[in-house]
Amino acid sequence: MIVVAAVAVVLPFAAAFAGMLFGHTVSHLLSPLVRRLRTPKPGAARRGALVLARRMPANGPALIAVLPVAASTVLTAILALDQLRSPGTYVGTLARVPTGTIPIAVSLHVDGLASVVAFLVCCVALAVQVYSVAYMRDDPRYSSYAAFVSLFTAAMLLVVLSGDLLVLYAGWEVMGVCSYFLIGHYWHDRATSRAAVKAFLVTRLGDVGFLFGIFVLGVAAHSFELRVVIGRLPYLSHTALLAGTLLLLCGVAGKSAQFPLHTWLPDAMAGPTPISALIHAATMVAAGVYVVARLYPAFWFAPTSLAVLGVIAAISMLGAALAALAQDDLKRVLAYSTISQLAYMAAGLAVGTRDGAVFHLLTHGAFKALLFLGAGCVIVTVGSNMMSAMGGLRLAMPVTFWSMTVGFAALAGIPPASGFFSKDTILSQAWVATHPQKSPMYHAFAYAPLRGFGKAESPGYDFVLRHALHGTPPAIPSWVAWLVLVTALLTTAVTAAYATRTWLVTFFGEQRSAFRAREATPLMRWPVAVLAVPALLLGLIGPFSERLRPEWGMAVVSLLCAAAGAGGVYLVWNNDPALDPVRLLGPARPVLRAAFYVDTVYDVAIVRPVLALARLVVRADARVVDAGVEGSGRGARRLGGLLRATENGNAQAYVSGLFAGVVLIVVAVVVLT
Amino acid sequence: MHLVYPVVIAALLFSVGVYGVLARRNAILVLMSVELMLNAVNLNLVVFDMKWADRLHGGQVLTLFVIVLAAAEVGIGLALVLLIYRNRRTVDVDRLRTLAEGDPDPDADVGAMTDDEGVRR
Repeated sequence: MIVVAAVAVVLPFAAAFAGMLFGHTVSHLLSPLVRRLRTPKPGAARRGALVLARRMPANGPALIAVLPVAASTVLTAILALDQLRSPGTYVGTLARVPTGTIPIAVSLHVDGLASVVAFLVCCVALAVQVYSVAYMRDDPRYSSYAAFVSLFTAAMLLVVLSGDLLVLYAGWEVMGVCSYFLIGHYWHDRATSRAAVKAFLVTRLGDVGFLFGIFVLGVAAHSFELRVVIGRLPYLSHTALLAGTLLLLCGVAGKSAQFPLHTWLPDAMAGPTPISALIHAATMVAAGVYVVARLYPAFWFAPTSLAVLGVIAAISMLGAALAALAQDDLKRVLAYSTISQLAYMAAGLAVGTRDGAVFHLLTHGAFKALLFLGAGCVIVTVGSNMMSAMGGLRLAMPVTFWSMTVGFAALAGIPPASGFFSKDTILSQAWVATHPQKSPMYHAFAYAPLRGFGKAESPGYDFVLRHALHGTPPAIPSWVAWLVLVTALLTTAVTAAYATRTWLVTFFGEQRSAFRAREATPLMRWPVAVLAVPALLLGLIGPFSERLRPEWGMAVVSLLCAAAGAGGVYLVWNNDPALDPVRLLGPARPVLRAAFYVDTVYDVAIVRPVLALARLVVRADARVVDAGVEGSGRGARRLGGLLRATENGNAQAYVSGLFAGVVLIVVAVVVLT
Repeated sequence: MHLVYPVVIAALLFSVGVYGVLARRNAILVLMSVELMLNAVNLNLVVFDMKWADRLHGGQVLTLFVIVLAAAEVGIGLALVLLIYRNRRTVDVDRLRTLAEGDPDPDADVGAMTDDEGVRR
């Protein structure tokens, strides 16, 4: 199993370099072959090959990008199926890198969580690669684009499967840099390159905290290996756990775009749409949530961190949903919706249902990738991102319309679409968490540090994991649970409202601008349609699973909330289908549209002071440091000028000086002796 | 003969030489003044050799050496003066200023201190 996982990680990595180096060579090799196959020849046997050849473009970078990801998808599917049949943990270590203190283990750690998320990553990456072949067909830099997507896929798989925190961090950073390059794919546009820099800087800010969180946990546990760290958690001091997990939360907030580090995600929509689907909806932004899930026992032992996570999630959830309601750019709606949905996952983790959060991660990965790819189809057809230019696409784009309908239903939480079940798991767990109970396990561990440190290599990995996941919920304060529950229900209503509004404005009513409505090309259409299947059906795992079974009471409440939001918007829209229902927000609209002016506040509070400071430093450098250097040089020259006056080239004057010196010395000798 | 006469004569001779080296403008006269100074030294050497009268007559031997050296020096010096005359058409020491630095303005070179873009601060 470990070998399968390793091959799955290495394949896209190799594909990234191969695509960059040999992509065009493969194109050259393929093109005569394809041309020969395309020439029509009589005979029925040829017809099949002909159809195949028409479909197969002589596109080397595309082949090198798609095939390895497809292979990785198969391999991770094997991993996931194996975990489904016989759950267990496999750890394989390739090498231990000695560092002087704590060695870094180059290792993979495959368990149920990792294999399922890896499978999701590969599926979305495959869909996006296939889609990109058509979407980026005319792009001159397609081969570097495809290579970066492959590299990103490898890095994400490394994050998901890594068995060592520092190796995980390496993958985490490679993801960040791929995100930077891919957001900035159209770098000649100034806004795009600024968005890329912003995304990079904001996530870096969180990553600093993340790295130090890893250090704190690793140093406290005397190992960076996931299995050992989790096994030794009961013996760690409370301070180390609290500091480590809070620092980790910085990185999580940065990568998963949670308040207060969420501002990069809406701007990141400047990148190509498939990138938004892969990186900024389904996978990379989910990595933050995934890391919390992966290290969930550490957070279980530090309930304060979970409470902080819950508050962050509550703010991000409702704020982003409200901001999504007022956006006009289709991709920005989806970006704010992503922030809001990631906050749902974070809230699920905070109230103690790791399985529910991961469940929502999976369903969200499917339906949000679907929505983004569908939005890409719509944008290509309409030629604009703005919803004020769309409308009336329902009949012209049936495949996209029905797929995106499934996606919006899942987003709004309408059964039987998947989002309903995963959201319900989190809501019902939040309800459970509002009734705090004394946690016997927590007290059992409370005096563990007194019992001395680390006896065996990993004394209680399975024990700790089992009790953190399936024992009592973490001891978060009940007001946090109430906060999460109430905001989550409100968010359900707002989510349904903006999903309905986007759906209606995009696909119904009249065309709002001049474009020829037609369905997207098959390579773009079919990944969307295929993603609709898991977006619709993935939720049905819930009722058949022991731990994810929906709570019907809570389901009815959330459904009522969703119906209220969606129904309200529909009624407003039905009055006048030509107008955008968002006009009802009135004076609140610009506030929501600017996402509560958080960007402006950051601009005033951080960006401008830093720029002013930078200008001050430049001026100080020019006026003080440089002036000092140049002034001393000039002074030395002036001083030298006094002496140079004697050096006029008259040899007789020199000899006079020499003679005068001799006389002086002689007189001095005579007088002094 | 009292020792003071030749010594005073030698001192006067040397002073005349020094004056000629420092004040004459003609290069040939400067050379001749150098010869005067050398001969003042020679005179001193001979006088003190007479006074000490050692067996090897070191003073007189040294005088011969100085005369040979002076001959060589005048040979080279006249050759130099000749070459300078051929090049410059003058042997006026005051007008031979090639030893001076070319640029008498001390601030003139600061213009070379520019930053990377070649903009003078």
